[in-house]
Amino acid sequence: MKKVLVIFAHPMLEKSLTQIKFIEGLKTMPHIFFHDLYQTYPDFDVDVEFEKELLLNHDVIVWQHPFYWYSSPPLLKQWIDLVLEHGWAYGKDGIYLKGKMIFNAITTGGPNFGYEETGFNKHTIRQFLAPFEQTAILCNMHYLPPFVMHGTHRASQDERIEFANSYKQLLTDLTVNKFYLHKLTSVKYLNELIPSSKNQTV
Amino acid sequence: MEGNFLFQAFVYLLSAVIFVPIAKLLGLGSVLGYLIAGIIIGPFVMGFIGEEGEDIMHFAEFGVVMMLFLVGLELEPSLLWRMKKPILGLGGLQVLLTTVVIATIAILIDAPWNEALALGMILAMSSTAIVLQTLNEKGLMQTSAGQNSFAVLLFQDIAVIPILALMPLLAIHHEITHAANEHASTSLISNFPAWLQTLAVLGAVALIIIAGRTLVRPLLRFVAATKLRELFTATALLLVVGITVLMTLVGLSPALGTFLAGVVLANSEYRHELESDIEPFKGLLLGLFFIAVGASINFQLIIENPLLIAGLVIIIPLIKTIILLILGRSFKMGTDQNFIFATGLSQVGEFAFVLLSFVSLQGILNDETVSMMMAVVAITMALTPLLNVVTEKIIIPRIGTKELTQEIEADVIEEKNPVIVAGFGRYGSIVGRFLKANGTEITVLDIDSDRVELLRKLGRKVYYGDATRYDLLKSAGADDAKMIIIALDTPEKCLELITTVKKHFPNLQIMVRAYDRADTFKMMDEGLLYIYRETLDSALRMGVDSLKLLGHRAYRVERMARTFRKHDEMNLKKLAAVRYDQKEFISTARQSISELEQFLLADLKEVNLDKDEGWDVESLREEVQNMRFPAK
Repeated sequence: MKKVLVIFAHPMLEKSLTQIKFIEGLKTMPHIFFHDLYQTYPDFDVDVEFEKELLLNHDVIVWQHPFYWYSSPPLLKQWIDLVLEHGWAYGKDGIYLKGKMIFNAITTGGPNFGYEETGFNKHTIRQFLAPFEQTAILCNMHYLPPFVMHGTHRASQDERIEFANSYKQLLTDLTVNKFYLHKLTSVKYLNELIPSSKNQTV
Repeated sequence: MEGNFLFQAFVYLLSAVIFVPIAKLLGLGSVLGYLIAGIIIGPFVMGFIGEEGEDIMHFAEFGVVMMLFLVGLELEPSLLWRMKKPILGLGGLQVLLTTVVIATIAILIDAPWNEALALGMILAMSSTAIVLQTLNEKGLMQTSAGQNSFAVLLFQDIAVIPILALMPLLAIHHEITHAANEHASTSLISNFPAWLQTLAVLGAVALIIIAGRTLVRPLLRFVAATKLRELFTATALLLVVGITVLMTLVGLSPALGTFLAGVVLANSEYRHELESDIEPFKGLLLGLFFIAVGASINFQLIIENPLLIAGLVIIIPLIKTIILLILGRSFKMGTDQNFIFATGLSQVGEFAFVLLSFVSLQGILNDETVSMMMAVVAITMALTPLLNVVTEKIIIPRIGTKELTQEIEADVIEEKNPVIVAGFGRYGSIVGRFLKANGTEITVLDIDSDRVELLRKLGRKVYYGDATRYDLLKSAGADDAKMIIIALDTPEKCLELITTVKKHFPNLQIMVRAYDRADTFKMMDEGLLYIYRETLDSALRMGVDSLKLLGHRAYRVERMARTFRKHDEMNLKKLAAVRYDQKEFISTARQSISELEQFLLADLKEVNLDKDEGWDVESLREEVQNMRFPAK
């Protein structure tokens, strides 16, 4: 059994159409801890000790957030700045996150084909996520490919629900340790591991 | 001789101890309690005291002198200036009009003009003690009725001084020779020529002012430095007695002198010490004074003229009420505020006893009139609680602001608002407006009818009345609401409401405004979690801005303020837990100081505002500096 920590950052959940579907029911799922950063730290004063405790107690970490300006909302960056301390998360004595798995679960308004080197965004999602990836690597964690839903601007309600279900299925599969690490790292998006999921077709 | 004195003291004290608490319980106030005690032990009921009552009265009048010293001490020039319009306008006109109207009526029924004028001035007074106590108990002090009542009472308190000074001038007809002779025997300077007398009087006044400013303060400081509490008390008494002697020497009213001294010392740092030292003496002597007044009422006279007394008891408050209503209207008070204000001040007050005994000494009014008037004054005071009930239950429901306006009551689809805001004053209104701005519907309970009228005009749903009443809460929808925001004007009222809500509406989430740490502890004892000290956030914001102006970076200071608040709240909880451990009793003031000390000490130890190690870490710098990079 693995314990999954979902670190969720959304500054305007009231207006959300997609992310709100993703988090529906997360709180009550077994072995998953849903942690709403903007609800917990509206003043950006992240409680470092509490966050470190949470990280220690979980095996899989998820950074779940909308993909704003090719990155995360600012509170997640604040979280990274403050929580991943030198001498704890990285550096000579930074051994406490070693071996944990971590990935981004994101939603983008634009379509899949925009995120290619030939597309209008000029870079792939994975390239944009480089700072997150390298952060994880510096902390000796296993950085997994992201879970992505593209094209949320034009998505139908059914599509949103379908992606949300795939996401929750993925989290459940992770708690029961369904995939080997090499399987997890072999895909472009983690979506591919969930059979029912429409693969980034939007 | 000695045994006799002790026996008398025993009788006086015993009667006070028995009757004052009873009168208090009945809502009549302590003044009436003393009066009743005096009547009971006086010659007309039990006859424990008789002729010597007169002597005791002379002695007890010293209590009046002390009272005026305290009145002077409590006068804050800045407060007076701020309230100059209601004090001079409302208060001045009330005293003036009431005096004129009553004097005119008295002259019409054939009283000599000087007696009529004296009566007018005496009956214009209202009872500060009773009115302020009632307003405080009902939580009405902050409403316009409360504020205006306060202004009128303040003016009356001050007006007593010139009235006392004026009275001797009215003693022209009857026993002028007697009064003059009496003065001659006490006043040193009465044989001096007139200009010298005037000069002496002015000199005495100047002496009080100058000595008060230059001599008394150093003296008090010197005495205070000895740290002998009783010596300070003795000095305070010496001050009052000394002024009395001086004033008697120059033939002026001692009350005027001590009042002046009080005003001069009002700004000194020893004001509170002086107040608390003189207060018990004043209280006891005034009590003695009122007992003596009670004992001196001639009941024979009252029994012989029941109709006259009854008539006066009805007519005098009626005249006062009408004048106050007219004044209140012209000072733009709402209908019910005006009625609360006017009927509240309609009785004749304790100053009337002081003035009556004074004019009796001066021989302006004869003993029969004085006795009768004392009875009338006492009865109007005794009827005040009854009159308040009449105003509250009968008059205002008919003519004033309704608890709920008809239109809303008739509303078929009764909206159920999730939040009740109890108290829409300077605190509650901010919370309420913020909730409303975020689309949360609120139901407001408020006791200030003017505010209620305004809110209703703006279409808000407002219930008028005392929020601690069960039935009002119920009709405001407390059964179905989710939350109550308690922001009443006094901590006592807030606690009362908390008790009611916990008992009858446990469904409501309670959010409460607290005033200071002492209230916060009481509210914590009630098991509340959401307690907000009204000054904490504002004070911290000021601290933040101060540091910013001193050149600190804004973001760090903002974060520090939040850390500081968390730390402060944590300390408060710790302190709440150990608060009852202290075995010895310490006064509230001492307690508050010792709490502050604990907070300050904790600040030194715990506030580590620099623990954000993620940003520009020292340890990382060191580690990198010690690293060996492959040579290029």
